[in-house]
Amino acid sequence: MNDNIILEVKNLNTRFDTPDGEVAAANEISFTLKKGESLGVVGESGSGKTQIFMALMGLLAKNGKTTGEAIFKGQNILGLPVTELNKVRGVSLSMIFQDPMTSLNPYLKVSRQMTEVLIEHQGMSQKEALEKSIEMLELVGIPEARKRVHMYPHEFSGGMRQRVMIAIALLCEPNLLIADEPTTALDVTIQAQILDLLHDLKDKLGMSIVMITHDLGVIASMCDHVMVMYGGRVVETGSVQALFSDAKHPYTRGLLQSMPRIDGDHNEDLYAIPGQPPNLQALPQGCAFQPRCQYATDLCQQERPPTTEFDAGRTASCHQLSSAFHTSSPVKKNPVHVVEGVL
Amino acid sequence: MSVNVKVPILTVDNLKVHFPVDTGTFFTKNKTLKAVDGVSFQLHEGETLSVVGESGCGKSTLGRAVLQLLHNTDGQVVWMGQSITGHSVKEMRPLRKQMQIIFQDPLASLDPRMTIGEIIAEPLVTHHPELAGKAVRYRVREMMDIVGLLPRMINRYPHEFSGGQCQRIGIARAMILQPRVIVCDEPVSALDVSIQAQIINLLGELQQKFGLSLLFISHDLSIVRHISHRVMVLYLGNVMEIADKDDLYNSPKHPYTQALISAVPAPDPAVRKKRVVLKGDLPSPIDPPSGCVFRTRCLYADEQCSQKKPDLVDCSTSGLNRRHQVACYKIETIDD
Ligand SMILES: Nc1ncnc2c1ncn2[C@@H]1O[C@H](COP(=O)(O)OP(=O)(O)OP(=O)(O)O)[C@@H](O)[C@H]1O
Ligand SMILES: Nc1ncnc2c1ncn2[C@@H]1O[C@H](COP(=O)(O)OP(=O)(O)OP(=O)(O)O)[C@@H](O)[C@H]1O
Ligand code: SF4
Ligand code: SF4
Ligand SMILES: [Mg+2]
Ligand SMILES: [Mg+2]
Repeated sequence: MNDNIILEVKNLNTRFDTPDGEVAAANEISFTLKKGESLGVVGESGSGKTQIFMALMGLLAKNGKTTGEAIFKGQNILGLPVTELNKVRGVSLSMIFQDPMTSLNPYLKVSRQMTEVLIEHQGMSQKEALEKSIEMLELVGIPEARKRVHMYPHEFSGGMRQRVMIAIALLCEPNLLIADEPTTALDVTIQAQILDLLHDLKDKLGMSIVMITHDLGVIASMCDHVMVMYGGRVVETGSVQALFSDAKHPYTRGLLQSMPRIDGDHNEDLYAIPGQPPNLQALPQGCAFQPRCQYATDLCQQERPPTTEFDAGRTASCHQLSSAFHTSSPVKKNPVHVVEGVL
Repeated sequence: MSVNVKVPILTVDNLKVHFPVDTGTFFTKNKTLKAVDGVSFQLHEGETLSVVGESGCGKSTLGRAVLQLLHNTDGQVVWMGQSITGHSVKEMRPLRKQMQIIFQDPLASLDPRMTIGEIIAEPLVTHHPELAGKAVRYRVREMMDIVGLLPRMINRYPHEFSGGQCQRIGIARAMILQPRVIVCDEPVSALDVSIQAQIINLLGELQQKFGLSLLFISHDLSIVRHISHRVMVLYLGNVMEIADKDDLYNSPKHPYTQALISAVPAPDPAVRKKRVVLKGDLPSPIDPPSGCVFRTRCLYADEQCSQKKPDLVDCSTSGLNRRHQVACYKIETIDD
């Protein structure tokens, strides 16, 4: 085994049972992450990004199940009993959840929620733990942390709650941090501060980061590698430079095009990939992106595209990779529906 | 998009929201936290007014107080000529169907025991009890389709949806009554750019068709530039600058607005520019600085700035409707 590899996910699948059939949320997911590296995960809403990592943390909903392997620091953590998992979770493996309010306890002061972890896992005294908590809150830019630490979650603004979550996740200086949309509620100045902090921890402690985000600006400034998901599968992977300069998959290209830019044209409609996000329960035959893809052929409707590996870590799954579309720039405005019939 | 500047649908005058805070010690007296501290603006029919500013500056509190979901400490909110300040839940009920909110925290704002069909239908059922169940379900499915949710998922519960899907449930619920005003509190922050674009285009289209007005709260300056007619910049509960979008982005006058705009990251790995992080910490709204609240982080601050809070004054260079207001003593000496 390579000592440098902190996480290796092999053929991970996650499914949910629902009254109207199975939802295949994540399929055949494999990737590796080295010490001190950061991986960006992007993709359509509902494409399975969060559930891959919920599976890894052993936090799937009751109707969910998962198969495959996830080797974290040499140990397969998929399906580990809770007592074993608890030695890892929140200590060497931390996750910042997408919805801060649902993962903070509304009835407990923030001080209590922070110090508990430190007292339990690092054997700190109450006083030491409180100091460390305040220090962490200051690092994530909470003003007057010494006073604020005694408040309840609902007394914080949305962005502050998100930062409290980040502070909690970082308390024990994890080896791997999974950050699910960590900066969505944050303005650019605070976002910059948080990203700088994460950069620092990455450099100083060799922390590895998985950053799930729809913000391509964050990916561009923060990540070494990117994994693009669509319809419960990985459709493209590569270094951040390769992805931004030479996106191969039509979905990735559409994504890059829909990005609003502060320096762009502000009176035009924004470009949106035509059509609706896929329904994981009724994925189209063949390529999941096919109903929305302007390059789709008959083959795309029949067979799922194979994954082509260009270089180590540089892959794409599409039937038309070699065709001419690489040079054309498919900007097309598409109409959106309007609510008809006023009540 | 045409904005009817004659009819303010909402007029907010010197609005203040203060919260009592417990400082956690026995020795100091309890204090107040000034979340919103004297905000005034008008929102016109068919207009999008965006509210931007750092986390914790009072955007959500302002949005809630404007709709009287939270009572203000001082000041007035006037809805089409009628004051609604301090209205009770009952008094607000007939007006509610014309004003809706999309909450910032998508999953937490959805009742976990209700199916998403029930959640989206709730405003419709409350305000139109006469509607048959079938008609309601038809409307709900239609709304789900519009926001990109599969209508067949109507009987599922919120926890079965992803973050972005929950946000779209909130949007469908806010839009089902076709209100006149929607307060959108970070409505697209959890959405990937493509769906973000769809929702934003949809809001624009509704606006053109029905004259919908939006109070659009966002920290994303790129989106704000795209969607707004006017933009208001808040700092520690105070308005720093309010102007037409192009004026604000092309010639920001306030030192704070200038810093904000310079900090937007470029979506390009080749330009990992060092971002301008404002110097110093954001002061607390519990003990805001005297005078200009921005002075502790302002490059231009001097003695005068610590004395008295600067008023919002007009500094428009052209046109009558192009009101550009700034609260700063030094605009004459600061470069654009
Ligand atoms: N408990 C559950 N039961 C059934 N389906 C579920 C459940 N939890 C999640 N799903 C479905 O699994 C899919 C993947 O969800 P996931 O949360 O991973 O999406 P995501 O890529 O993180 O999206 P977003 O960007 O919107 O957060 C979604 O389509 C969602 O509806
Ligand atoms: N119920 C409350 N009790 C005490 N303080 C509160 C309460 N609600 C909000 N605050 C405080 O009011 C200030 C403004 O909060 P608000 O939620 O309006 O900020 P915001 O601009 O929406 O920030 P964000 O961008 O992070 O969502 C914050 O300092 C917050 O801690
Ligand atoms: S496989 Fe076909 S449908 Fe799928 S992305 Fe490639 S060209 Fe488009
Ligand atoms: S009033 Fe003074 S401190 Fe405030 S923004 Fe203007 S120059 Fe800066
Ligand atoms: Mg998610
Ligand atoms: Mg807020």
